[in-house]
Amino acid sequence: MVFVLAEPAVAPPGFLAAGIARIDPRFRVAAVLAFALVVSQLDSFAALGLALAAGLALLLASGQPARPVLKRMAAMDGFILFMLVLLPFTTPGTPLFTLWGFGASREGMRDALDILLTANAVVLMVLLLPGTLEPVTLGHALGRLGVPAALVNLLLFTVRYITVLESEYQRMRQAMRARAFSARTNLHTLVSLGYLVGMMLVRAQERSERVLQAMKCRGFTGALPLIDTMRWRRADTAWALGFAALLAALVALEVAHGVGP
Amino acid sequence: MHIVDGALSAPVLVSGAVLTAGGITLGLRQMTLERIPAAGVLSASFFVASLIHVAVGPSSVHLILNGLCGLILGWTAFPALFVALVLQAVFFGFGGITVLGVNTLNIALPAVLMGLALRPLIARAGPRLAALWGAIGGAGAIALTTVFVAGALVFSGEAFVPAAKLVFFAHIPVMAIEAVISAAAVVLIKRVKPDLFAAPSAALPA
Repeated sequence: MVFVLAEPAVAPPGFLAAGIARIDPRFRVAAVLAFALVVSQLDSFAALGLALAAGLALLLASGQPARPVLKRMAAMDGFILFMLVLLPFTTPGTPLFTLWGFGASREGMRDALDILLTANAVVLMVLLLPGTLEPVTLGHALGRLGVPAALVNLLLFTVRYITVLESEYQRMRQAMRARAFSARTNLHTLVSLGYLVGMMLVRAQERSERVLQAMKCRGFTGALPLIDTMRWRRADTAWALGFAALLAALVALEVAHGVGP
Repeated sequence: MHIVDGALSAPVLVSGAVLTAGGITLGLRQMTLERIPAAGVLSASFFVASLIHVAVGPSSVHLILNGLCGLILGWTAFPALFVALVLQAVFFGFGGITVLGVNTLNIALPAVLMGLALRPLIARAGPRLAALWGAIGGAGAIALTTVFVAGALVFSGEAFVPAAKLVFFAHIPVMAIEAVISAAAVVLIKRVKPDLFAAPSAALPA
């Protein structure tokens, strides 16, 4: 089980790449929200194509290895494949071709392609902008953007303990292997995994009691101070303007080429 | 069962976001100072549990365990599952951004409903009966989630009806798996640390 949350972002070489790596975390979160809102409402292939192309350009410019990012995109496509394959056959409209007696419609193909492009454009931008942040920085950025402190605390705690509990899980799986457990498709496997999950929850609860006591000792009053040095720089203003231009171009293309509702 | 950006209509997205905001607010209200660490650490353990894959013949499915999550966290399951979905969307690319509200609602509301209905019963039950309630909670939450996912799709377009039906039937093995796992987990927790279910209302033991 490869775990990605703990990997710190390494600053890539190159002027443009270094610039991208330094983009303000708050801007990354806000930009991706705006991007997702705009792109999810687009219908024209020209606009959707530009959205996806912008993501690919950012991927190339960021200098990070493209393969893992594209792999994650492909994994998401795998999830929605069944839905996209069904759509052409279930949408009424102009017949395009028939397969085993089922007719695929032009409108259905169009909708499926629309969803595919939208989903990939957004996921790519998500993985590139906030996705390269460290999880703790994401929490801080959300806090700075006005997400309620309680929710930010919960996110920070979750992020902090995912790696701890992940290694606890691996230890318990190893102990099960040492007792000759091997996972199969049978009731015994499921019951054993259920006991494993139950034990993880019991241990998590006991750990949280120790954590609470330790934090109270240190004067925990319910608020985690967000210690960071997020500073808005001139480059961030430039990025924001560029991104606004991209969104404006998307809307303009939609208006020019879009199909009416 | 993550729905992606672009598939749902705007009214469905907005309703999902509004209802999820309400659920998160209710959940956070119950998360007092004493319960922040417990909620965070339990939320992390459900995140890790969702990375466990179970073989189903030649294929495999990952655990969701939203039923068990609701049984233990009550309303706090709402913010906990939201956090898990945010992390999965941002770092793994599962799901999307505008659909976060709908996706959270689909997975957290069944969790909370199972928690409200079954948690008091489990607190009073013996091991056998607790296993039964655990199984119902585990399978019921998945069943409701698939119904909600199907609903979100169908409300967005008639053309999704076959896909929505497929979602439900494809998850019947998942319901069975989650039933057994949740039942076993509930039995173990009842034996080892019954206070996880004993606290009144949907509260976490402080």
